[in-house]
Amino acid sequence: MTLLQVDSVSRRYRLPRRALMRPAPVLTAVDGVSFTLARGETLGVVGESGSGKSTLARLVMGFERPDAGRVLFDGQDNNDLPPAALRAARRRFQMVFQDPFGSLDPRRRVGWSVAEPLRALKGTEDPAPRVAEALEQVGLRAAHAGRYPHEFSGGQRQRIAIARAIITRPALLVADEAVSALDVSVQAQILNLLMDLQEELGLAILFISHDLAVVASTCDRLLVMQGGRVLEAGETGAVLDAPGHDYTRTLLAAARL
Amino acid sequence: MRVPFNLALGAALVALVLAVALVSLVWTPHPHAALDVANKFAPPSAVHWLGTDQLGRDLVSQLMVAARNSMAVAVLAVGIGCALGTGLGLLAAARGGWTEEAIMRLSDLGFAFPALLFAIMLAAVFGPSLPNVVIAIAFINIPTFARVSRAAANQVWRRDYVWAARAAGMGRFAISRDHILPNIAAPVIVQMTIEFAVAILVEAALSYLGLGAQPPNPSWGRMLSEAQTLMYLAPQLAIWPGLCIVTAVLGFSLLGDGLRDITDPRLTRVRAA
Repeated sequence: MTLLQVDSVSRRYRLPRRALMRPAPVLTAVDGVSFTLARGETLGVVGESGSGKSTLARLVMGFERPDAGRVLFDGQDNNDLPPAALRAARRRFQMVFQDPFGSLDPRRRVGWSVAEPLRALKGTEDPAPRVAEALEQVGLRAAHAGRYPHEFSGGQRQRIAIARAIITRPALLVADEAVSALDVSVQAQILNLLMDLQEELGLAILFISHDLAVVASTCDRLLVMQGGRVLEAGETGAVLDAPGHDYTRTLLAAARL
Repeated sequence: MRVPFNLALGAALVALVLAVALVSLVWTPHPHAALDVANKFAPPSAVHWLGTDQLGRDLVSQLMVAARNSMAVAVLAVGIGCALGTGLGLLAAARGGWTEEAIMRLSDLGFAFPALLFAIMLAAVFGPSLPNVVIAIAFINIPTFARVSRAAANQVWRRDYVWAARAAGMGRFAISRDHILPNIAAPVIVQMTIEFAVAILVEAALSYLGLGAQPPNPSWGRMLSEAQTLMYLAPQLAIWPGLCIVTAVLGFSLLGDGLRDITDPRLTRVRAA
């Protein structure tokens, strides 16, 4: 059952002009990328920085419009929706960001930040029990809702960010370098947490990372990107055992699996 | 944390001026407009602490009421200018595109207008009075706050927690209210403090020119202009209101500087190194 279908999307950015009379150079960040993601599945996207994987995340999240191609979530193209309907639809796909020190508003209590997606839905129910439930699901305590982000470590903050992302019980979680800023031991904890949540909630996860080791340990399928294009895609085991491309072999060597 | 010297001195001077202004609401040594022509140019004494002016009015009482006028004008004008300017700055940052361009180019236009000249024009058209001074100063503050708040807001809009709020489905207005405004409060408050100093100076200048407070309502600026013709006869009449202006302006300037020093992370790092 396909949850997310990305259909030959491209995204180009106009770069600053180098010369007055010549047209501004154009960077094609994502170039005709296609893939599908089923419910409850984990797809890893690996590539070096500049390979277009974060742009892909922003396209999937509906933060940007593709210049070509379509992003279908549950058969619906988000870019066809009027702004209010898109905001309402966002409860079904959420995101975890790279930097746990930047993704929580320093002036807001944790409970406030975690409840934000609920407030966006303008529901009338008291968010407190849902916040407590979400915090406990990510291994924190309900009492942590009253504290400020600076009182937590990087790993704990990433747990808070995950709690915020799952509080609306989404079907898809986009994790853009979600463990890259963490220590290796904490990385493993967060990865285990994500896998547990996936089992518990039936989440589909789009896992974006530059680190093949991280992706390989968690994902069902892999997508290797370079320069905005997909170099190869397939089952994780198959890609790792028989990489079809030199670039994948380079990544493998770098990851020292 | 050690309190910087400029912050401490500025806060002390501002507290002094504000205290005097507040006290004048309930008590002055004499009614500030009471004439006592027989007792004009009186030297300082136990009855008239700083003496009297050319009409025998008590100098301390006039200075106190003038402090109240000055503070009221500054707070109202900067408050209005800050509210409107910050609102426009937030709108510019939230909408981007041509809205942002239009707001910022209009505020460039506002900057191109000499503030004092604009205030004189306004007074010439609508007549000299303190409310018109408030309007003039508020108006010239709008572009300043629009620029400061828009620059700060654009930085906050790039933070991950704002992206998270967008991912949560929050609209631009809600994000501006919940995330942007609280996180740009520090530079805006610093700017307000500095603009207080400017407003006090502009109010004094306009009153000096006869465009501000009208007699018998006292103002430091008008006291200066009245004392000007008597400079050789009674220099103290010019010295005291002059000192009051210096105290208030210096106090708010130092306070603003000090607040910026402790809230601007770039400067904090330099100091710590």
